[in-house]
Amino acid sequence: MIGDPVYMMISPESEPAEIERVIKEFGFDRPVLEQYWFFLKNVVNGDFGRSFVQGIPALPLILERFPATIELAVFSLFISLVIALPLGVYAGLYPERKASKIIMSGSILGFSMPTFWVGIMLIMLFAVKLDWLPSIGRGELGTFLGIESSLFTLNGLSHIFLPALNLALFKLSSVLRLTRAGTREVILQDYIKFARAKGLSHARVINVHLLKNILIPIVTVIGLEFGSLVAFSTITETVFAWPGAGKLIIDSVYNLDRPVIVAYLIIIVAFFVFLNLIVDILYSFLDPRVRIKGSSE
Amino acid sequence: MTQNNKYELLAKIWSEFSENKIAVVALVCFSIILFVAVFASVISPTDPYDLATVTIMNSRLPPLEEDFSGNVYWLGTDGAGRDMLSAIFYGLRISLSVGVLSGVFALIVGAFFGISAAYFGGRYETLVMRIVDIQLSFPSILVALIILAAFGKGVEKTILALVLVQWAYYARTARASALVESRKEYVDAARCLSLGNLRIMLNHILPNCIPPLIVVGTLQTAHAISLEATLSFLGLGLPQTEPSLGLLIGNGFEYVHTGDYWISIFPGIALLITIVSINLVGDQLRDMFNPRLKR
Repeated sequence: MIGDPVYMMISPESEPAEIERVIKEFGFDRPVLEQYWFFLKNVVNGDFGRSFVQGIPALPLILERFPATIELAVFSLFISLVIALPLGVYAGLYPERKASKIIMSGSILGFSMPTFWVGIMLIMLFAVKLDWLPSIGRGELGTFLGIESSLFTLNGLSHIFLPALNLALFKLSSVLRLTRAGTREVILQDYIKFARAKGLSHARVINVHLLKNILIPIVTVIGLEFGSLVAFSTITETVFAWPGAGKLIIDSVYNLDRPVIVAYLIIIVAFFVFLNLIVDILYSFLDPRVRIKGSSE
Repeated sequence: MTQNNKYELLAKIWSEFSENKIAVVALVCFSIILFVAVFASVISPTDPYDLATVTIMNSRLPPLEEDFSGNVYWLGTDGAGRDMLSAIFYGLRISLSVGVLSGVFALIVGAFFGISAAYFGGRYETLVMRIVDIQLSFPSILVALIILAAFGKGVEKTILALVLVQWAYYARTARASALVESRKEYVDAARCLSLGNLRIMLNHILPNCIPPLIVVGTLQTAHAISLEATLSFLGLGLPQTEPSLGLLIGNGFEYVHTGDYWISIFPGIALLITIVSINLVGDQLRDMFNPRLKR
């Protein structure tokens, strides 16, 4: 293990008595199990300890940064759905067409590209070479329905676009492949043939009968992947200097700021559990077969 | 198996593999990369880490530029005046060895737990598979970050982090195929001969689980190389003394806003070609070993 917390808080050249005092004050001289018990007791009370570096409690420090991360993740999820769903349906409907093959090879390229490198390339192209969009930081915040977000101002949108696109590419290929696989499976079902036989328009068959049925696996994956989107945003946030929780955790790992790291992990785990719950609830809305019996009838 | 049979088997595997032309191209690409990585010190135009030849005078030369003594730098130089092409060759070597080494260790650990879980079953199996489930529900980057945050950076620590990220995938694959194999008659026969458990697992079950493990191995190695590059880029993976492709890109990131594109673009392309070619080969192997796609 690295990073003795005592020397994080005071200089290693301090008087031995001073070092002794800090060790006593924070209870580092107690047995490990006892220290762990204290830690657990504090966590249950919502106290994750103070950041070694900033000296303020770790929990508010992270919660303050979380909206920026969630905003980035939501917007990039939106971008990846807007691009991946139509392309995936197209590639699934016409698997033999040349365009579909290009889409599929492109998706291999998509999940092979390291996120951080794509981020650098985006900065080079759109920020440095073409000078269209800013590449650093979060823009102005706007308030809409009581939610403060940079999505509501033009300046904010221009700042979020590049990082969100970067993060979206990471998920795009997997959503695309899933949509294509779902489309190919559903298109062979009898109800699609029946809908066509009824003389419904092509657009209606695709938009209603097909899309509704491929949504079930997609919602599951998106729900679970949203968590990993938040986790992987650490990379994008570092590249684009986005002031979110991911940037904070990387900085904390650099500075060996353990209370912040531990608090971040616990929050992320809680967030994952929460997401799984949401996915399960959404599931019963989308798929009547898994609805709990006797609940709404 | 006789010598002749072995050749026939290899020929059959090759003819199946070469049905996909893109996969063959990918394999050729990967072979070239492997050659470059192994012989980096021989084919590099300069030794980028020999302090006697590197001068700061040559720093940030664009591609194809000559220095004062007439040496041409095909891909330019970085901030310290090192030849990018040579740095990429050496970086490939480091990236590949970290990726492959961690893959091999993870394969050993994962196959051991996966096969023994399937073989012994019961509570032991439940315990191992729950640990695998827990691990797989976390994004790989998060697991790696936790380990590096606790132990600090360094080559062996990065490999440890990559092994801990990957072993669960191998364990799950190994268990799935070992479950099928351990119900077969030859395992019963081996038991009747009262062979030891370890011997049955290693000599009888393991060889039959190899094909799916190879598929997972190729795809996971690509993933490991990408993850190592990411961690090194963030400054948490390999130290500056072991400049992998990720570190080279990270060093180039400092110059992004000054327009010195070549310092981060070329190592990235090398990384991309490596990962894409391994993924394409792995994809084709998966299709080959997937019985559902067999005509």
